[in-house]
Amino acid sequence: MSFQPVVLWSDALLFVLIAVIVALTLWARRQEALRAAWARVLKDGVAMAAATVLAVFVLIGLLDSLHYRARLPDQPGTTARYAVEVNSALDALLSDLRLRAEKTYSAPLATHLYSKEALADSTQREFPRLKFGGAHLGQDLSNHEFDIAIRVSRGCAGGLVIWLLLVWILVRTLGLELRGRFPFVVSLSNHGRGSKRPFDKLRANGGSDTAQGAASGAIFITLLPILLLFGIAISLGGGYHVFGTDKVGQDVLYLSLKSIRTGLLIGTLTTLVMLPVAVLLGILAGYVGGWVDDVIQYLYTTLSSIPGVLLIAAAVLMMQVIIDTHPQWFATSAERADARLLALCLILGMTSWTGVARLLRGETLKLRELEFVQAAQAFGVGRLAIMRRHILPNLMHIVLIALVMDFSGLVLAEAVLSYVGVGVDPTTISFGTMINTARMELAREPMVWWSLLAAFSFMFALVLAANLFADAVRDAFDPRSS
Amino acid sequence: MLAYIIRRLLYAIPILIGVNLLTFALFFVVNTPDDMARMQLGVKRVTPEAIQKWKAERGYDKPLLWNAAAAGTATVTDTIFFSKSVRMFAADFGRADDGRDIAREITTRMGPSLAIAVPTFVLGLFVAISFALLLVFFRATTLDFSGVVLCVAMMSISGLFYIIGGQWLVSKVWHLVPISGYGGGLDAAKFLILPVIIGVIGGIGSSTRWYRTIFLEEIGKDYVRTARAKGLPERVVLFRHVLRNAMIPILTGVVVVIPTLFMGSLLTESFFGVPGLGSYTIDAINAQDFAVVRSMVFIGSVLYIVGLLLTDISYTLADPRVRLQ
Amino acid sequence: MSILSVRDLSIHIKAARPVDGISFDIAAGECYALLGESGCGKSMTALGVMRLLPAAAQVAGGAVEFEGGDLLALPESGMRDIRGGGIGMIFQEPATSLNPVLTVGRQIIEALELHTALRGAAARARAAELLDQVGIPDPIRRLEEFPFQLSGGLRQRVMIACALAGAPRLLIADEPTTALDVTIQAQVLDLLDELRRKQGMALLLITHDLGVVARMADRVGVMYAGQLVEEAPRAQFFAKPAHPYSVRLFTALPDAERRGGRLATIPGSVPAADVRHPGCRFVERCSEVMAECRTAPPPWRDVDAGQAGGQRVRCFLAGRAPAVAAGVGAGDTAAAVESAPLLEVADLQVHFPIRRGILQRAVGAVRAVDGMSLRLMPGRTLALVGESGCGKTTAGKAMLQLLRPTAGSVRLDGVELTTRSAGELRPLRAKMQMVFQDPFASLNPRLRIGDIIAEGMQALRVDAGGTAKIGPLLEQVGLRADMATRYPHEFSGGQRQRIAIARALAVSPQLLICDEPTSALDVSVQAQILNLLSDLQRDLKLAYLFITHNIAVVDYLAHDVAVMYLGRVVERGTAEEVLRSPRHPYTKALLAAVPRVDGARSEVPKLAGDMPSPANPPSGCHFHPRCPLADDACRRAYPAATRVGATHAVRCFKA
Repeated sequence: MSFQPVVLWSDALLFVLIAVIVALTLWARRQEALRAAWARVLKDGVAMAAATVLAVFVLIGLLDSLHYRARLPDQPGTTARYAVEVNSALDALLSDLRLRAEKTYSAPLATHLYSKEALADSTQREFPRLKFGGAHLGQDLSNHEFDIAIRVSRGCAGGLVIWLLLVWILVRTLGLELRGRFPFVVSLSNHGRGSKRPFDKLRANGGSDTAQGAASGAIFITLLPILLLFGIAISLGGGYHVFGTDKVGQDVLYLSLKSIRTGLLIGTLTTLVMLPVAVLLGILAGYVGGWVDDVIQYLYTTLSSIPGVLLIAAAVLMMQVIIDTHPQWFATSAERADARLLALCLILGMTSWTGVARLLRGETLKLRELEFVQAAQAFGVGRLAIMRRHILPNLMHIVLIALVMDFSGLVLAEAVLSYVGVGVDPTTISFGTMINTARMELAREPMVWWSLLAAFSFMFALVLAANLFADAVRDAFDPRSS
Repeated sequence: MLAYIIRRLLYAIPILIGVNLLTFALFFVVNTPDDMARMQLGVKRVTPEAIQKWKAERGYDKPLLWNAAAAGTATVTDTIFFSKSVRMFAADFGRADDGRDIAREITTRMGPSLAIAVPTFVLGLFVAISFALLLVFFRATTLDFSGVVLCVAMMSISGLFYIIGGQWLVSKVWHLVPISGYGGGLDAAKFLILPVIIGVIGGIGSSTRWYRTIFLEEIGKDYVRTARAKGLPERVVLFRHVLRNAMIPILTGVVVVIPTLFMGSLLTESFFGVPGLGSYTIDAINAQDFAVVRSMVFIGSVLYIVGLLLTDISYTLADPRVRLQ
Repeated sequence: MSILSVRDLSIHIKAARPVDGISFDIAAGECYALLGESGCGKSMTALGVMRLLPAAAQVAGGAVEFEGGDLLALPESGMRDIRGGGIGMIFQEPATSLNPVLTVGRQIIEALELHTALRGAAARARAAELLDQVGIPDPIRRLEEFPFQLSGGLRQRVMIACALAGAPRLLIADEPTTALDVTIQAQVLDLLDELRRKQGMALLLITHDLGVVARMADRVGVMYAGQLVEEAPRAQFFAKPAHPYSVRLFTALPDAERRGGRLATIPGSVPAADVRHPGCRFVERCSEVMAECRTAPPPWRDVDAGQAGGQRVRCFLAGRAPAVAAGVGAGDTAAAVESAPLLEVADLQVHFPIRRGILQRAVGAVRAVDGMSLRLMPGRTLALVGESGCGKTTAGKAMLQLLRPTAGSVRLDGVELTTRSAGELRPLRAKMQMVFQDPFASLNPRLRIGDIIAEGMQALRVDAGGTAKIGPLLEQVGLRADMATRYPHEFSGGQRQRIAIARALAVSPQLLICDEPTSALDVSVQAQILNLLSDLQRDLKLAYLFITHNIAVVDYLAHDVAVMYLGRVVERGTAEEVLRSPRHPYTKALLAAVPRVDGARSEVPKLAGDMPSPANPPSGCHFHPRCPLADDACRRAYPAATRVGATHAVRCFKA
């Protein structure tokens, strides 16, 4: 084997999470009410557009979660040795971007470094040429702009061709339909909760067929700009640093793509860690009542009375001490960074379960008084069985809504925490660490803006998609909104 | 009513004790003072003597809970738990790593924190509620729809972006106000105006959406239909009937944060170089000054509990059903 | 000259047409009743007239003329002058229809300021006058109170006062008494009637209750599936309803004459609002259906055109439909056999502590059930009758040990239940089961019907036939066996109630406690459930404890009756004894308050005031503050049970 697979803890948990999601999906398919709610989400154009964007992010994150250690060149007489460095499938795909590091800052698509340096053969300070960015142009830089234009149009064309191919395949194989001239507009109308007047006509003319068509139309229309951007990025990335380079010359596009996994992990694993606790305690407090309720309420009031950032900061500081005083636990630096990431998720989860638990307790109190629960009590059904059969399934929509609503908040929180210094390990690439290192250069004249802009743009796309998707899920599952 | 407030106050005591125990466990039991000393001193300088000195300087050289060597009450009082945790109830926070008295530092830094936090809070509340009322007045129109889209977009932008972007645009490009810093008296205004505006804009998306949801929920209720059946114009229905009732859930969400305004904002203060409690906290976290972080945790919880109490009281005042029963 | 004239009004909600071309006129001072079952479009019609439709609904066509002006053509500002000023409206739910955070006075005064020139003190004085006019005692003090401080009946009076503030010429009352108890209903109906006569105000009364129509209306319009199907003066309508649907509404009503017999039901259910009808809307459920009914919508036909009746009907038969044989009673079926009682309750008490103060010490108790005793023989039906808040539901739950009683004894088949632990109770639970009021809350939406029914069998390990029993059970309650794989949301209210009954039957109980099982259902569906219950009693020898406030249902099916007031049984005996010769003044007033379909009024005085709070019951006889016969003895002590017959006992000094 030319590589040795490495499964980090976070990878394992991520795969567990995916398995859970698949299992839940299979279970939900058999549940009439859940299926109907998901069908509403699937018919919602905006939700499907957001889901498409999210899917692209998740795909990148998953590629970045297949870790391995490359095999080092064999030396005669020894057993196979593997690199200390842990890489992922995404690293392998992006090895061009990863390995073509410059010396320091360079602007997007630049051919020269951002700062003047004293060159060896000259007494003057000049902007040195980049080692890789625009290297194919040789000494003649007159057609720099022309080259960029060519590459952009080539990228666009490539993206368009792939898009057309994809649409053709999907329409042929899945029988998806594109209906209406502006399917996306129709689908927007489906999203506007309670929105009536402006889109009434479109909706009235439509009906469920068109809604379905509109949703698949929304997917296609979202895929088009994504594929165009991919095309342009690939085409330009072959010769330039699309988003420039950072202080140590790393490609910013590469850093942005690597940050996605961190954001996704924090957004999902945190909730995953917290949910079992929140669900268990929330239901127990609501259904059992009495002193159990008192203890659980005391627990979450106490925890939530500590300002979130401070509790997280305190816990992270302490965790850092543990990690620093036990270096022998971690074989590679990747493992240490990973442990710190997981610990952060755990801490975020432990500090954020209180809200969901409170919500579930309140809902359980309502459910407990419902007649079907009393009917079960009249049959002498045990407490545990009632909680499992009657309470829990009727709370699942709240759990789901909490899961999707929390995601975007957590992605944003990561950036802030990393800025405060209690986020991920400084060696872990994340939006937070990108922003944190870039802000040092804000005072620089002229400003180094591209790292920040890239991080913010990627974050905005991810969080906006998550928010829009979460809204659609909430609307479909919240009984009050339907 | 009075009995109710007293009961809530009594309920606060076990919670504060819980917070205290939790922070004690987090700071002294999860890691021993020796571990902390080792980390703070760095690998090179770790010697048993250095650790002892570091602990002695900070008063961490005592036993955790029980001082068998001491006599009388000192068996309890001459411990880390008593000197570091219990004494917080008496507002004695000890000294920071730089030797300054934490309690004193907190009192001097509260002013600048409040100078930013209070205007941001008041203005933010006013703007978000007005904006939400506007959207609700024009509900189900294109204006409402685009307003909601704008809110979702605005809440998808990182708070850091608002600060960095605002500083760059207003201070660096337009040169309207200084980029950071703080001054006393009237001079403070020019330093405050940008952080306040950024704070308001940064929070507008999510709060407008929240208020809009609350208003819409109220508008669906029966009494609104009754008000319309009387022939009241929509404006009156909204302001006299809906707003009054919506104040109840809004108060529960809003009043609780008022006392925590004292804590300042971590991000704003550190970006704008305001010498408030927020930047104090951040500096302490970065310097790993555990004494300061511990104190801020305690003060934060006290303020939160005060907030809960205020929430209960304001709720009682806003809702006659609670007030009169 | 009509004050309101509705022409071909249609209201659409997306593809659904809840109101589909409705026309009627109301003359000045007239009371016009719009009668129909839930979902027929009657409330939507009223909201359409007021232009207060929910956002999703639109007026798709037609005209609404009020005093000669077209309301649908008015700008919104003009419409606001009509609302409250020309047309007042009151709603079904007084608990939620008043603004909870504004005082009563404020809510009346804002209407006064809008439609009259009164301001300040003059407006206040007028508001107090209005409160006085709607029969609220101590009006000046009430102006400063909030809605939650008033009882349901008083709230509805405040609603009426608000509506009257603008001196409207037409009052729309949308189910104004449905949420109220029967004695309060009588008060509010009297008030509306009196106001109408005094002020010459027209009244559009929307209701599902034939009794209310008989009591109030001058003319009646019957709505079915978004259309009027019959219109007639009250006398003609009640003498001889013409549309097959109207006829069946009458025959589905339970009452004493049909005891032991079956009620005529309307098969099937109301068509969904988005179904298009080429012919008559009632065609699927009509027993007189002819070929032409399916192809063309029937036009309006006058009934007995020769007479000046003014009764018209949308039916090809024009009122010549053969009369439907209403089920005729076969008298009592279950003879009062002398045997050991199946259920014996003695001095049952359920108190809920009221906690106050810093330490939350119990400073008092809500005496929901305060010493009630009753016996139920196997195979018979005991009706526990009372108004809301009297403790009847709490008593039912305490008997099942769903709530642990504070004191007293509950014996099932001679076995004491109150002293047993949850585990010891389990084997006994198969003998007694409960059917709940709300068919939508009583089935877990996440479980299949089969699992819902199997739950009890599994929990009590009585799965003798195992899941194979589920199919026959569903068939026994009139459903199909293959429905076991479906989920509750696919069923209508009546079907759900059948499922709930099947769930209880699955463990072969001897006693079924039915807590208002039909109060959430329409009359025609109620008849189906009542028929089912009496079939099951006959076949399975079930005993029913039937908790209800509906006297007609009691009259139809109960063998024995116990009347509850404020936590205690004040009168009990056989149905014949209690309903035909009531001895307790409360029972008398309760029976008199029920509006009767034949329009007959009772000479028994109406009850004044409301039921006191069970947290603070009056001294002596709980009923004395409302009792016309009360004297000092009644104020001092609670009367003991007096036997007035072998089976008839009453707790009253005056009986």
